[in-house]
Amino acid sequence: MFDNVWLIPLFPLIGFLINGLFGKAIKEEKVIGGIGALMVFCSFVVASMTLFKMISLPGHERVHNVTLFTWIKSGTFQADIAFLIDPLSCVMLMVVTGVGFLIHVYSIGYMHGEEGFYRFFAYLNLFTFSMLLLVMGNNLLLMFVGWEGVGLCSYLLIGYYFHKKSAGDAGKKAFVMNRVGDFGFLLGLFTLYWYMGSKHGIWTIQFTELAKHAELYPVGGVVTALTLFFFLGATGKSAQIPLYTWLPDAMEGPTPVSALIHAATMVTAGVYMIGRMNFLFIKAPETMMVVAIIGAATALFAATIGTAQNDIKRVLAYSTVSQLGYMFLAMGVGAFAAGIFHLMTHAFFKACLFLGSGAVIHSMHHALHHAHSHDDPQDMRNMGGLKSKMPMTFLTFLLATIAIAGIPGFAGFFSKDEILWQAFANPHHGTLNFALWGCGAIAAGLTAFYMFRLVFMTFFGDCRINPKCKDHLHESPMVIVFPLIVLAFLSVVGGYIGMPKIIGELLGGIPNYFEHFLAPVFEFSEEYVKSQAHATAHHSLVLEWGLMGVSVVIALVGISIAFVLYIASPSLPAKFTAAFPALHRAVYNKWYIDELYDFLFVNPCKALGNFLWKGFDVVVVDGIVDGVGKSVLGISAALKNLQSGYVHNYALSMALGVVVIIAFYLFR
Amino acid sequence: MPNDYLILTILVFIPLTGCLLLVPVWSRVEWARRIALGAALLDLVLACWVYAAAPAVIAGGGTLPGFFLWEDLPWIERFGIRYTLGMDGIALPMVLLTAFITVIAMLVSWRAIKERVTFHYFLILVMETGIMGVFLSLDLFLFYLFWEVMLIPMFFLIGIWGHGRRIYSAVKFFLFTLAGSLLMLLAIIGLYLIHGDQSGAYTFGLPALLHTQIASGASLWLFAAFLLAFAIKVPIFPVHTWLPDAHTDAPTAGSVILAALLLKTGAYGLIRFGYPLFPEAARTFTPLLYILGVIGIIYGSWVAFAQADMKRLVAYSSVGHMGFVVLGIAAWTPVALSGAVMQMVNHGVTTGALFALVGMLDERSGTRSIAAFGGLWGKAPVYSFFFLLFSLASLGLPGLNNFVGEFLVLAGVFRVSPIAACFAFVGVVVTLIYMLRLVQEVLFVGERTPLPLADISFREGIVLGVMGVTVIILGVYPAPFLDLVSMPVALLTGGGLP
Repeated sequence: MFDNVWLIPLFPLIGFLINGLFGKAIKEEKVIGGIGALMVFCSFVVASMTLFKMISLPGHERVHNVTLFTWIKSGTFQADIAFLIDPLSCVMLMVVTGVGFLIHVYSIGYMHGEEGFYRFFAYLNLFTFSMLLLVMGNNLLLMFVGWEGVGLCSYLLIGYYFHKKSAGDAGKKAFVMNRVGDFGFLLGLFTLYWYMGSKHGIWTIQFTELAKHAELYPVGGVVTALTLFFFLGATGKSAQIPLYTWLPDAMEGPTPVSALIHAATMVTAGVYMIGRMNFLFIKAPETMMVVAIIGAATALFAATIGTAQNDIKRVLAYSTVSQLGYMFLAMGVGAFAAGIFHLMTHAFFKACLFLGSGAVIHSMHHALHHAHSHDDPQDMRNMGGLKSKMPMTFLTFLLATIAIAGIPGFAGFFSKDEILWQAFANPHHGTLNFALWGCGAIAAGLTAFYMFRLVFMTFFGDCRINPKCKDHLHESPMVIVFPLIVLAFLSVVGGYIGMPKIIGELLGGIPNYFEHFLAPVFEFSEEYVKSQAHATAHHSLVLEWGLMGVSVVIALVGISIAFVLYIASPSLPAKFTAAFPALHRAVYNKWYIDELYDFLFVNPCKALGNFLWKGFDVVVVDGIVDGVGKSVLGISAALKNLQSGYVHNYALSMALGVVVIIAFYLFR
Repeated sequence: MPNDYLILTILVFIPLTGCLLLVPVWSRVEWARRIALGAALLDLVLACWVYAAAPAVIAGGGTLPGFFLWEDLPWIERFGIRYTLGMDGIALPMVLLTAFITVIAMLVSWRAIKERVTFHYFLILVMETGIMGVFLSLDLFLFYLFWEVMLIPMFFLIGIWGHGRRIYSAVKFFLFTLAGSLLMLLAIIGLYLIHGDQSGAYTFGLPALLHTQIASGASLWLFAAFLLAFAIKVPIFPVHTWLPDAHTDAPTAGSVILAALLLKTGAYGLIRFGYPLFPEAARTFTPLLYILGVIGIIYGSWVAFAQADMKRLVAYSSVGHMGFVVLGIAAWTPVALSGAVMQMVNHGVTTGALFALVGMLDERSGTRSIAAFGGLWGKAPVYSFFFLLFSLASLGLPGLNNFVGEFLVLAGVFRVSPIAACFAFVGVVVTLIYMLRLVQEVLFVGERTPLPLADISFREGIVLGVMGVTVIILGVYPAPFLDLVSMPVALLTGGGLP
């Protein structure tokens, strides 16, 4: 049925091999970039065909396993190279290949003239390949291959400007924090595998097999433990508390990388994983609660930091952390489809925002370069008034900003509002619901505030850039603008395929296509999802409309405050920071979490390493050996020639051994 | 069919024959090099042929199940010493590794050795015979003999062609080895006598000795002696301290063989002799092995993190990686033990390649200090690519070889001791940290000292290319390898836990 799906990851792999092996010889940027983008486009075509075929099938026939070959087999353990094609992986495939293709196209323009152009496209293709393995793998271990593969590519691409120490450090930090998360992933895998095997004789790590036996999982207990392990893995990859600090630093990478890896695809892997294993998570109420709390807390916490950053990409980075928090909140309250829906809409508008910021930075960089200025091209304090210089970038950026701010009618509104409503009305977390909703709602207000702060500081007001550079600011070429337009378009209309029920009914009974499409994936959680629907329907329509209104009002308030502070009276922010210096410093310095981690983990680890080597290995263990050695050395010095002296001893010892044998033999 | 064609004997003695051929051309260096390489290549071809033909001869059998090649001849009958060689699915990968690494070691030192060149190759060939013998012997006396044959040349390699404090390191290596060997010899004799007293038939043959009933007190002592002898070779914490010195001061070929092959003989000895001969005693010692294995992983990795000398860093990483092998053996379940055997091969290839890479840098620049390098990615891209590839393999990236072994070991150990597996994973994280540090400081950041660093030559490219392909194949398609190992592992662990 879906026999050709192996082509989807194969194309980017070919692209990686061509550009990686021959890119240096090809030299021609258009060919290298063309191959990179074309390969992802080919994947996109096959993925689209897969999606259409999927839609044409009835709901219960939408889950398929396609096995290529046996990868690891030992005893009862078996992991295949095999793909799982179902509605969830289809959605992910479309996001990865679709958004991925646009970003590849954009990169041709953005990376123009960079040293190691071919290397960039090779990595980008390798990333796409790994990401596709992650979403298509039909077992936990293959997913883990992709999981680590994207981590590697992230590492390589963050450190793309390898001469910069800060870039290398950021890459390293990302890789290490992800590894801490992987610890959880593998522990979860082992626990699940051995539990099902030894308890029920089901030795498998394949998703569909595991889901088939959903009724065997006990509620709580071991399932709570293993889902918490998996969730630890998710916090690493998806930058949630406590493992989120790598993502803002990851902005050291080129901007297309931030858009593709650190916004649209890789960082959503944790959300995807929970969606993939929903049948397990629903059996662990405590884990669900932890997921919801961490998600809500991260959404709020990261949003506060986002309000005080001046680096345009850092604002977006914290925004990403915060939006990922929403997705986990959705997962934690059992609104799986809504979480995946937000994953998709977020991919559209956040990719658009990152690429837009990249266009701004690109333009700033060239202008500053022209004027030999050393101002930071990413600092919003150096920008302002760019809307007339870069009209298309401005327009697309504004649309995406409206989408993320949650203004009705745009993609972000539908997905975010669905999550907030489910957080409030779900039947699982009792009184906690209100707090979850509250965190989400406040974070929504902060989001609207910092995003419009960004827009106002960048595109409105007076141009604060070095006057010498002003005339060199210009709109980007088509190859950069085109992806922006497509993504902005999707940010506007993308939400309509998954409208919340009450809006759909108001508009004449339009169903939530998206939720409907994903239903087979969550079929083993049917009861759970049903109780969810029942509970949310149980509340009055007035309440749902009311809460929707509240969140819209909160967003508008956020925008208004941004307007007052950064357009109407620009002197206010300075006064505000002067009034609360400590608070501003704390927020500006990201609540000093990095410093705390350095103090708690990084420095002690370094010190311990040095101590173990110089204090223990060399002094204690070696000291004993040297003592013995010296005494032997003394004897051998008497025997003159060092080398032959030893061989002599050696032969002697062997001879002694033989004598011992004979002695034993004779006198036993 | 036992004794047919004496394939194993040929495998073992091709290198030694090569040594004899070196004698007439002793002073003609170019000829000596080629003859030595020819002998090593011939052995490799034969080993590959055995692998290719393995399925066809699998039922050949001797007196031990699972062995498909078997040669058994009387030797010193007065003492019940026989010449018994046998090959099963665990010995075969080790033999392949030995033949492969020997060729690699010769090629990496092709130009680096300038003095007493022929003697250098002579020693490597002697060592190959010794190592092959260790992996194939099934008579304990014969095993001991090969064990000694393999060790003495290494002592000379370090002492003659080494760097830095080479005499100190050679002596240290020698002392540790001597202590281990003597203990093992005593234990072998003890076992021989106990078995002889019991059955009246004095023999060193493994098949017979496996049936010895030993009082638990005695078996504990005997096992302890074997364990210590093998632990020194593996090396297991805390008897590992000879290794960083020996590795750092050995010439490149020596480091490669030491890491890739000699360390494996310790682990192999435990699997082939230690555990099967004294199963009860081994069970008693298992908790200790878990603890020492875990300490080795975490400790080795952590100390590696603090190193300033690249070679010493890779050396300490060996302590960490071999800790996984120890854990896999300690767990003694099919999954874990398969992982351990796989990890032995993986470590051989990956760490061997890393030592070769460090050696190439040393050869070009005369320094191994991490702080001296930087920005290699821009200067020597092909070299840097391989450096990155083998570093990634070493840190256990899925899709490359080490991951498969480490994963199986962890999965297997988790079944019997989840705590040990958890601690081992801490080591995995630390491994990542120090490997990334190495990669970043050497390949990335800016150039720190202007060093004359040419990219790799054709010969080096072949060496690294072949090893790189091996690393990828074993990572992507380890199924044939695991199939090979599965039967002997099942026989050794005797069913029970999966």
